[in-house]
Amino acid sequence: MSESVSVCVNGKPVTVRAGSTVAVAVLASGATCRASVTGQPRSPLCGMGTCFECRVTINGEPQRRSCQVLCQANMEIEANG
Amino acid sequence: MDSVKNLRFDVAVVGAGPAGIAAALAAADSGRTIGLIDDNPAAGGQIWRDAQNSARPPASSIWLDRLNKIGVQIVRGARVFHAAKGELAAESDDSAIQISYGKLILATGARELFLPFPGWTLPNVMGAGGLQALVKSGLDISGKRIVIAGTGPLLFAVAAYTRKCGAKVIGICEQTTRRKMARFGLKMMLVPGKAAEAVRFAYDLRGIPHWTGCWPVAAFGNRRVETVRISRHGQTSELECDYLACGFHLIPNVELPRMCGCRLRENFVQVDEYQQSSVPGIFCAGEPTGIGGLELALVAGEIAGYAATNWEDRAKHLFAKRARLQKVVRILKDAFPLRPELKNLARPDTLVCRCEDVPHERLCEHSSWRAAKLHARCGMGPCQGRVCGPAAEFLFGWQIDSVRPPLFPVRCSSLAAIPAHFAPRN
Repeated sequence: MSESVSVCVNGKPVTVRAGSTVAVAVLASGATCRASVTGQPRSPLCGMGTCFECRVTINGEPQRRSCQVLCQANMEIEANG
Repeated sequence: MDSVKNLRFDVAVVGAGPAGIAAALAAADSGRTIGLIDDNPAAGGQIWRDAQNSARPPASSIWLDRLNKIGVQIVRGARVFHAAKGELAAESDDSAIQISYGKLILATGARELFLPFPGWTLPNVMGAGGLQALVKSGLDISGKRIVIAGTGPLLFAVAAYTRKCGAKVIGICEQTTRRKMARFGLKMMLVPGKAAEAVRFAYDLRGIPHWTGCWPVAAFGNRRVETVRISRHGQTSELECDYLACGFHLIPNVELPRMCGCRLRENFVQVDEYQQSSVPGIFCAGEPTGIGGLELALVAGEIAGYAATNWEDRAKHLFAKRARLQKVVRILKDAFPLRPELKNLARPDTLVCRCEDVPHERLCEHSSWRAAKLHARCGMGPCQGRVCGPAAEFLFGWQIDSVRPPLFPVRCSSLAAIPAHFAPRN
């Protein structure tokens, strides 16, 4: 069993494998990452930092690409899809 | 206020995928200072993204271990957004970074081509490489049903990898013809190392349906994909799935090479036999010079690394090996041309630009990429047209030729930190 890390997605605790990206925690929580400019739910497309579909708010900082940020213990993630 | 870091390298390498790693290691043999700059949290690029994972391919360990032992400075999580003569501007999570260099090696890799079809914006419709990247980043897909669609050998790799991670791969939808696929298989057998790879894939993929002449026409679901409709030999059918992974082959990341003034030929960076671009002192290796796979990227990277440190003899020794592997570029190009039917998948209300939610019908009114940007806001969102630009090029035949700083959205403080001689190019 590899080490795990716990974060909060929309106030709900989520535990993922250590070294996982924030995008993985958002998907594991069942949330979608962001609402598009016309209000559609969106989640990661490219998985490598190019498409910007996985943007979320991390510890109060908006517009972070969740596929490029690693989970750290007790991170507060807001995913508004 | 963010801090500003100043870094100076004899050779700066942008992109820590296989080409960039090989280039940095080769250049490091000279004893000069080498910097390897990458926007991901760890070196390895997309193919070796799962460096911490015990299931990673052994080849990656050899290269990554060498990288850790040799004195290459790795600048992780740094996004290069601007270039001036002899200098780059980048930003990381907490600082602006100014990098000056003697020689520059660009190994910026490639991204997937995504084509719009109804439902492609639903959550859990992802790139084929995109899904693989997320699984490598920790996504648990055990027991999930996956349909893989698009074109090219990446689909096999993704099917094999996701199955190994416990997913149920429902099928692989390959848009090219059975005849082209068969010819591709035969030709690849003649490339060193590829026959063994093919045997391995055949074993890993046993029992998974592989349909040629098959592509997705629509995806359906409530808040996430639940069903995909596929077309196969003129018939449509529906498959239930948890993920639809779609990739229509790879396109090179040439934004930074272009900003550096490198000349392109047919959308790829033009290089000479030493991997040097049209700009003296700027080299390029890997997918931006031609989509040819891992082994070619490694050898081209090494050549660039040696050439950038004036070790032409060592570079020359690798020319023959590169020439053998370069055949793959042609073979891939011949085998997986996109069929014209794929241009008709988008309906009038299907979004093409996902950042600004611009539907297909808004683009039909325009005659160029520039007009579509100005009037419909296509390509004006944060991805800066990286997704919809290549799609629009395929759908409408538009030339996507504008590149300007910043290459990515950046913080105002990072912009403020760059000196005046980084003035916007005309």
